[in-house]
Amino acid sequence: MNKQDILLEIGLEEMPARFVTQSMNQLGEKVSKFLNEQNIEHGDVLLYSTPRRLAVIVKDTVDAQADTNEEAKGPAKKIAQSENGEWSKAAAGFAKGQGMSVDDIYFKEVNGVEYAYVNKFVKGRLTAELLPSLKDIALSLTFGKNMRWGNSDIRYVRPIKWIVALFGTKVIPFEMAGVQSGNETIGHRFLGTTATIVDASSYEETLKQQFVIVDPIKRRHMIVEGLKELEKQNNWVIPIDDALLEEVNNLVEYPTALSGSFSKEFLDLPEEVLITSMKEHQRYFPVKKANGTLLSHFVTVRNGNDHAIDKVARGNEKVLRARLADADFFYKEDQKANIDDLVKKLEKIVYHEKIGTLSEKVARIRRISSALANLTDASEEVKTSTDRAAQICKFDLVTQMVYEFPELQGIMGEKYAHQKGEKEDVAVAVNEHYKPRFAEDTVPSTKTGALVSLADKLDTITACFAVGIIPTGSQDPYALRRQATGIVQTMMDHEWHVPLADVIAAGVKEVLHDSIGEKDASTLKEEIIAFFMLRVKHILQEKGIRYDIIDAVLAKRSGTLKEMEEAASVLMSHKEDEEFKETMEALSRVVNIAKKAEDDQGVDPSFFENEEEKQLYSAYSDLETAWTRAESMSARYELLAGLKRLIEQYFDNTMVMAEDAQVKQNRLALMRRLAMFILEFADVPAIMTK
Amino acid sequence: MNIQDMILTLQKHWSDQGCILMQAYDVEKGAGTMSPYTFLRAIGPEPWNVAYVEPSRRPADGRYGENPNRLYQHHQFQVIMKPSPDNIQELYLDSLKALGIDPLEHDIRFVEDNWENPSLGCAGLGWEVWLDGMEITQFTYFQQVGGLECKPVSVEITYGIERLASYIQEKENVFELEWTNGFTIHDIFYQPEFEHSKYTFETSNVDMLFNLFGVYEKEAKRQMDEGLVHPAYDYVLKCSHVFNLLDARGAISVTERTAYIGRMRNLARQVAKTFYDEREKLGFPILKQKGMADHE
Repeated sequence: MNKQDILLEIGLEEMPARFVTQSMNQLGEKVSKFLNEQNIEHGDVLLYSTPRRLAVIVKDTVDAQADTNEEAKGPAKKIAQSENGEWSKAAAGFAKGQGMSVDDIYFKEVNGVEYAYVNKFVKGRLTAELLPSLKDIALSLTFGKNMRWGNSDIRYVRPIKWIVALFGTKVIPFEMAGVQSGNETIGHRFLGTTATIVDASSYEETLKQQFVIVDPIKRRHMIVEGLKELEKQNNWVIPIDDALLEEVNNLVEYPTALSGSFSKEFLDLPEEVLITSMKEHQRYFPVKKANGTLLSHFVTVRNGNDHAIDKVARGNEKVLRARLADADFFYKEDQKANIDDLVKKLEKIVYHEKIGTLSEKVARIRRISSALANLTDASEEVKTSTDRAAQICKFDLVTQMVYEFPELQGIMGEKYAHQKGEKEDVAVAVNEHYKPRFAEDTVPSTKTGALVSLADKLDTITACFAVGIIPTGSQDPYALRRQATGIVQTMMDHEWHVPLADVIAAGVKEVLHDSIGEKDASTLKEEIIAFFMLRVKHILQEKGIRYDIIDAVLAKRSGTLKEMEEAASVLMSHKEDEEFKETMEALSRVVNIAKKAEDDQGVDPSFFENEEEKQLYSAYSDLETAWTRAESMSARYELLAGLKRLIEQYFDNTMVMAEDAQVKQNRLALMRRLAMFILEFADVPAIMTK
Repeated sequence: MNIQDMILTLQKHWSDQGCILMQAYDVEKGAGTMSPYTFLRAIGPEPWNVAYVEPSRRPADGRYGENPNRLYQHHQFQVIMKPSPDNIQELYLDSLKALGIDPLEHDIRFVEDNWENPSLGCAGLGWEVWLDGMEITQFTYFQQVGGLECKPVSVEITYGIERLASYIQEKENVFELEWTNGFTIHDIFYQPEFEHSKYTFETSNVDMLFNLFGVYEKEAKRQMDEGLVHPAYDYVLKCSHVFNLLDARGAISVTERTAYIGRMRNLARQVAKTFYDEREKLGFPILKQKGMADHE
C-alpha cells in the first residue's frame, strides 16, 4: 500500500509563549486520535512549534482506511421470514438499511432464538477524502485564553494567518476563518519570505532557510549553546532557569544569544531587585561569578541573527539602565525613611471602606497575635518579637520600592528591617507573615512569623465576614479560602495544641472591638468556624482521608487541628483491622444509647445488678486516668478499642432501659460518661463499616 | 527625528490607511483608550478608523521632573481600526519603518500582554511590542468594552511617544528629547511636571478629592438618567482622574481600590449600554453610509 506523509501547519499571529508547547502537544494528540479512530495506519507523529506556528507531521500514512467486515444483527427469524420462506417487510428494511439485499441474510442462534444477520463488507475510504477533517481538529484546539478578531466569529488563541496542509505533495483543501489551506508557508518576520513546502520531509529545512527553527528542541539547544559559548568566552556562570528558558524559547523563531552590561554601582541594589528587573520584566538571564555573586552583565536572546547585534545589545542596555536607575532611586529614597514614620503613614491608607485603615488593621494584628502568643504558651522573648513584628509588618507597603515592585512586598520589608537594626526574627517575620503566598508555598518557619501570619489572615477573614464579604461559588475576590487554608496548614505544621475555635474567638473579639460590621459575636464565630471546617475537610481530603472519617473527626469542633488530623489517620490505619467493624459498632451503641441520658446523676455502683456492669465500670474508672496520660491519638484509640469485649458482654447481659427508674438512670449515666470519651476521639457513629 | 516629525509621520502613515485624524479630547484621562473616540466608538457594529495624539495623565508617575524616565503627563499616539484589518501587524511594522526603525538592525518582538482596564469594564488580548527589550507599543484586540462584547473587534495601537523618541533620538533623559527646532520636553513641560508632582504628592486636598469623586459620580448618574451619554461619560472620566490622584497620594488601599473601581465600572457599563442603544435608535448611521458607499 502506498504511504505518504501528512503535514499540517497552522500559521498565527504571535501566540502567548505559555500556550505554545501545550497547544503543539494537543494538536499532535488530536491528529493521532483522529487517524486511529479512522483506522488509518501511520508511522511516527512529529511535532513542531514556534511563536507563529503549530505544526504536525505524520510519517508513512497509508492512502486508505483498512477495509472491514461487520456483522449486523437484524430481526428474529420468525419476524424476518414467513413460514413459507417469504421475506417480511422488516427483513427487507433491515437489509436495505445495511446497504445489502435480503439474499445476503443468514441466520444465527442467540440464546435459543434465531436472528437474521448480514455480513457487511466496508471498503476503507481514501485517506485523502478524510483529511479535510483536519480543519475540525485545528478548530477544536483549546487554549487558556481565546480571542476574536475582525468580523470573524471564531475564537482562537490568536488570529489565523495561513495554513499549510499536505498529503504527500498534494494540498488537502479546506478553509477556516477565511484562510484557504495551501502549500505556502511564511518565514521569519524580518529575515525570511514566503516559501513553498514541497512535502513534509522538506518542511524543517525549507523553514530553516527562511530563518525559522521549527523544532522547539533544536531551538532550545541553540539557545543553550549560545549561553554556554558566552560563559566560555567571558568566564561567567549563567544559571539556566528552566521556566525562563522555556518562555524565551517560545518567544523566538531564530535565536541568537547576546550579552550586555550595566553599571557596577547598581550591584549595591538587593539581589532580588536586580533579578526581578532582569528576569521578570525583561526575560534576561542574570550572569554570575563562579562563587555565585551577581555580575553587572545580562544575557538576552534575540529573535534573529547576529546582524547589527551590538546595536541590539546597546538598546537592551538602555532599557535595563532605565529600570535599574528607577529602582536605585527608590532604594535610596526608602533608606532615608524611618520605619516608625512609615508605619505612621498607614493611618492614611484605607484598607477597606467598611473595615477601616491599614493602621487599624495593624493594631488588631498586634492584639490578635498577642492573644495567640498566650494561647500557644510563647516565651517572653517570642512575645516581644511578635509584638514588634506585628507592629511593623506592613511598613514596606508604603516604601517606593514595593509600590513599584509589588511582588517584592515582605522581601523588601525584611531587607529594610535588617538595615534599620530590627532583631533577626522580627525582620524575618515581616517577610514570613505573608506565607503561604500561594497554594504550594511553605508556611512560616519561625514561631514569630507564624503568629503574625495567623493574626493577619485571621483579621482579614473575620473582618470580611463581619461586613458580609463571604466567598460563594467561584467568587472569592479577597482569596479568603486560600488564607484560611494557610492558617490551618500553619497550625498543623507548627503542631499547635490549641482548638481552632479558640483561635477564631481571638479574631472575632478584636474585630468586634473595632465595631466592624453589625453581627454579634456568636453568629460571626459560627459562620467562620463553618467556613474553616470546609477548609479543614478539604485539606484532609487531599491527604486521602475517607469522607466519613473526616466527618467523624470534625464533628467535635472544639478539638485542635492536630488532634483531628491524628484521629483521622489513626482511623485510616485501623479501618482494615479484623475487629474494626465490631469495635466501631460497640462504641456506637454506647454513644447512641447515651443520648437518652438525662442530667448526669453520677454512677452508683450499689445499683449494679450484674458482673458485666461492674467490669465495665471498673474499666471506665481506669480509662479516666489512662486517657489524660495517653500522649497520642493512637494510644487513645487503643484504650477505646480495648473496651470492645466488655461493652459487648455488657449489652449481652444488661438491659439499659430497665423498668426500675433508678437502675435505668444509673446505667444511662455510665453510658453517658463513656460516650464523652468516645466523642472526644471522634463521632464514631458517623463512621461507615461494611 | 524630533517628536513633532514623528507625530507628523505617524499621522501621514495612518491617514494613508484611511484613518480620520482627530485631536486630543479635552477632559483629563490616564490613557488614550479612555477618550470617547476609543471607548465609545469601539462599541457597536459601526466601522471606525481614527488616529490621534492623546496627552495622558498618570499622577502616580510624577517625579517632580527629576526622573529621566518618568512623567506625570506623557503622550500617546493612538490608532483605532474597526474591524481590525487582516494585515494590521504589517501596517504597524511599516509605521516603524517610516519612523526610520530598520527591523533588521533591531530585535522586534510581540510579547503577550492581555490588557485590562477594570474601571472601564474593558478587556483585550494582544501584545506589548518590544524594540530591543523596550516596550514601545501596546497592541490590543478589544474583546469587551464597557462590559459589552465587541463585534466586530477593534484593534487598538498605542505608541508611547516619549519612549519611542528616546530610542530614536538616542537620549537617556526624557527631558532632553527634542520636540521641534531646538525646543525640548524640558522647555515645554518641566514646570508643569514639577508643579503637578508637588500637587499630587503634597498639596492636594484629600478630603476635597474624596468629596469630588462622590459629586462627579452623582452627576454622571443624573445625566445617565437623562439619557445624555457624552456628558455622563465626561463625569466618569473626571471620577477616574480624581481616583488616580487619590491613589497616587496613597489614600486608597489595595482592598478599597476594588470597591472604587467597581463603582466606576458600573458607571462605564451604563454609559456603554446607553451609547449602544442610542446609536441603534439612530440606525447605526455610519454603518449605513459605509454600506451605501460600497454600493456606488
